[in-house]
Amino acid sequence: MKLTEEEQAMLAGKYGQGTQTAMKIQVAIGEAFDAPYMVPITRAHVALSNQEADLWFVEKLVSQGAHCRIRPTVNPSFNWKQMKKITSIDAKDEAIVKRTDAAYKKIGAIMTYDCTPYLQLNVPRVNEVLAYSESSATPFVNSVYGARSNRESAQSALCAAITGVTPYYGFLKEENRQGEILVNVQAEMKTDFDYQLLGYVTPKKIGYKIPVFNNLVNPSNAALMNLGAQLNTGGNVPMYHIVGVTPEAETITAAFQGHEVKETVTITQADLDEMRSDLTAPYGKIEFALFGCPHLTLDQIKIVADLVENQHLKVPLFIMSSAPTQQLCQDMGYLQTIEAAGGEIISNTCMDQPCWKFLYGKKGVTDSPKCAYYTKRRNMEFVITELENAVKAALKGEIYDENHEKSVSMSQNI
Amino acid sequence: MKIMKKAFQCHKISEGEASGEIMISKDPICFYLVDPKSGVVIERNHCLFGKSIAGKVLVFPNGKGSSVVQADGMYQLKMKGMAPKAMIVDYPDTTLVASAIIMEMPLVDKTDSSFKTGIQNGNIVHVDATHGTITVNSES
Repeated sequence: MKLTEEEQAMLAGKYGQGTQTAMKIQVAIGEAFDAPYMVPITRAHVALSNQEADLWFVEKLVSQGAHCRIRPTVNPSFNWKQMKKITSIDAKDEAIVKRTDAAYKKIGAIMTYDCTPYLQLNVPRVNEVLAYSESSATPFVNSVYGARSNRESAQSALCAAITGVTPYYGFLKEENRQGEILVNVQAEMKTDFDYQLLGYVTPKKIGYKIPVFNNLVNPSNAALMNLGAQLNTGGNVPMYHIVGVTPEAETITAAFQGHEVKETVTITQADLDEMRSDLTAPYGKIEFALFGCPHLTLDQIKIVADLVENQHLKVPLFIMSSAPTQQLCQDMGYLQTIEAAGGEIISNTCMDQPCWKFLYGKKGVTDSPKCAYYTKRRNMEFVITELENAVKAALKGEIYDENHEKSVSMSQNI
Repeated sequence: MKIMKKAFQCHKISEGEASGEIMISKDPICFYLVDPKSGVVIERNHCLFGKSIAGKVLVFPNGKGSSVVQADGMYQLKMKGMAPKAMIVDYPDTTLVASAIIMEMPLVDKTDSSFKTGIQNGNIVHVDATHGTITVNSES
């Protein structure tokens, strides 16, 4: 790789050992992808997790004196102060959260603890070069804003934040951002949940190509967030286009950068229905509801608040969101409504954290396939359905398949 | 029967060298959905479900999973001594690449086209990522 004088100085250790380690790793990544040189970044987001690898790596860099040139925002860990009111927290888990917090502060991160930085505290402009990790964030900044980021890992994003540069390859290059397959969506797409299913089923149909979605009208922020998060979980696709919606896809021709459309697939309602039944645990009694993977938006929380107003939840309901959204929910009265019904809004927390041990071995309901995907490791089971249905299930403590009920009532009518 | 050695070219992603038994996965791998204590794949519907990848030279199309879990999955396997010895992929992504480099696990791509057709589960191979070669021992 061709490095500038300053980058060479970083590599030689003239800016300290921590910066040297970060640059060494980035050069190895650059060489793996045949990047010709580095380019400066203007923003970074690190998928902090306080998992063992995360803590090990950040503490190693801190001990070597590393400091971020570009202050990154960070992903959630868990809010031990708030979770302690709900459950008992292992001393070792609390200690690891505090250690991670201290290390990231020391390295110069901004402790936003939010997996949706692209909606609030780290919002890029078109064509800005970024180093974003977090599976819902990279597709959002690439696709919705037209900014440029590779699908960084937590560690490579942290290295970029330290050196202020990233290897020039992949999605930073114009030609690698062109659509590769036209996806005609022939489904109603009535709710944000339909975008979860679309995001999950698309890689199964097309592999890891950049999809250009056609026929999607006015998707909400939550829909776009869901689509990207699931595309990047079901597959490794950190970029999509939506004709007439995203900035690099004003027309189909623009999305394919003037190239001929070589491949087209159709995704139907039947595909989404099949995906839904593949993903969900069997319907029946549920013991809790968990939302916020990715963190719920204010609009989504309002849906929950409206449904539970003056009602009593049969099972505990937990919403994970950002601290600014939680504050706004309090100012708007949504928080009080949800708490009065027996629910909670928890800030700065991820579902894939040890603070949820009290739910292990239980069956819950959620609106997020991503949430259910990672919790398999923690022996949690989820019925996956629309946010509205999931909240109604939490009010009743059970959920039954509407289609099944319909067929039962129809047969009774006969 | 005699042991034949056959060498293939490849491209270094993460340096190092190791020998081990080939294990082929047609499905992408998420290291977080592998039990760190045993190296056994716990992902339902995965072609390696119930099998251990510990100590193997893992041949797979690509990684999958979020930007966090791949590194942590790999780290935990490594700490428990249950990681694969080397990895051979078709489509490297940043998360897999960065994780392998940081965890110092040999990883290569761009193998000769004849490599995939010339190997099967259980073959003993030597992967020298640093010099971009894979040597396969096969019985004939």
